[in-house]
Amino acid sequence: MNCTEIRLLLHAHADGELDAANSLELERHLKSCASCAAENRSLQKLRVVLGGGDLNFRAPDSLKADLRQFIRDLSEEKKPRKESSLQGPWKVLAFGATAFALLTLFLRPAGISAPDALLNEAVASHVRSFQAEHLTDVVSSDQHTVKPWFDGKLDFAPDVQDFATHGFSLVGGRLDYLGGRPVAALVYRHNKHFINVFVWPATDVMEPDIKMRRGYAIINSATNGLHYCLVSDMNLTDLGELAGLCGR
Amino acid sequence: MSANEAEQFERIVLPHLDAAYNLARWFAGNDHDAQDIAQEACVRAFRFIGGHRGGDGRAWLLAIVRNTAFSWLKKNRPHAVVSIDDDELAEIEDQKVAANGVFSADKNALLAALAALPLEFREAIVLRELEGLSYKEIADVAGVPVGTVMSRIARARRQLQNYFVQKEGES
Repeated sequence: MNCTEIRLLLHAHADGELDAANSLELERHLKSCASCAAENRSLQKLRVVLGGGDLNFRAPDSLKADLRQFIRDLSEEKKPRKESSLQGPWKVLAFGATAFALLTLFLRPAGISAPDALLNEAVASHVRSFQAEHLTDVVSSDQHTVKPWFDGKLDFAPDVQDFATHGFSLVGGRLDYLGGRPVAALVYRHNKHFINVFVWPATDVMEPDIKMRRGYAIINSATNGLHYCLVSDMNLTDLGELAGLCGR
Repeated sequence: MSANEAEQFERIVLPHLDAAYNLARWFAGNDHDAQDIAQEACVRAFRFIGGHRGGDGRAWLLAIVRNTAFSWLKKNRPHAVVSIDDDELAEIEDQKVAANGVFSADKNALLAALAALPLEFREAIVLRELEGLSYKEIADVAGVPVGTVMSRIARARRQLQNYFVQKEGES
């Protein structure tokens, strides 16, 4: 072994990764080579400093709590849903965790001036649609009734489809106002959850973008000239499925 | 999700959360992004839990953290991800290190020195020195041969030594 090889193997030796034969040869070399021996001492010193440096970052308690809650939430979803389980801070955490499993793209400004403001607005609109008992202007599960209803009320034709075969039944539609423009709000139901799908014209194509606001899941995407903004208290996997159906 | 999967997740993933976070934190460089990466990695781990073939969950989880972190970095900080030259002997002949260099044990200096390493070197050092993984485990996490791990660790330590020698020279 020459000094160059020794310099590399010193590390494997220090880490206990060198086989016995090579270790013996290396130790013999260190006894006769002052330069490599000094290098070895320097290495040992570095290792001691690193080992005693308390350089590990520990997971914040909030992360641990989030994940435990994430598990509980997923287990809970399999059970019959209790009213009390629909709300509560843990829902937010579980949603947040699931969101990361899908996509964490940032909203690209596609004709939207303030993405964050828009998200808040979408959630507010979603919440308001229940509070005012104004979920729908036109109540029909028939896409051929809902779609023409928008004629003349909007400057574009929203794509209206019933996805009942996928578990998302069309409940109806209504006019809403979002991001400073009139939009179509399509309402779907999935089990006991309602989903507002806000639709307006888009110039770009946008990959599904997932966000959480106040415990609500929001997925934005744009395809075929229309922007879809889905808002619901539903779990993200299901909402993601609906997002994948919209505009297809 | 079955009760079994939840149980598996609690048993395999949660005990290694500190290790997962530590690696994510060393990739991300700040708490906020580290939490995002660690959280996303854990959710991915949950999805793949059926694919866990027994054995130590730590290396398995760290591999997921690693992949999650690289995807995250490529998306959010494309300039941070530059492939390194894994030529085994590169820099090894560099004799710049003063053999008796005094290494500062100051924590902030150590943090800065580690943070200054290229991603793959930092990863190797963190897994070796802070998490105590074997070369084989590091190779599995990083998806490279054991020889590459050895070379990365050697080069990373060399850079750390030089970093401190330089700092000594400056002060």
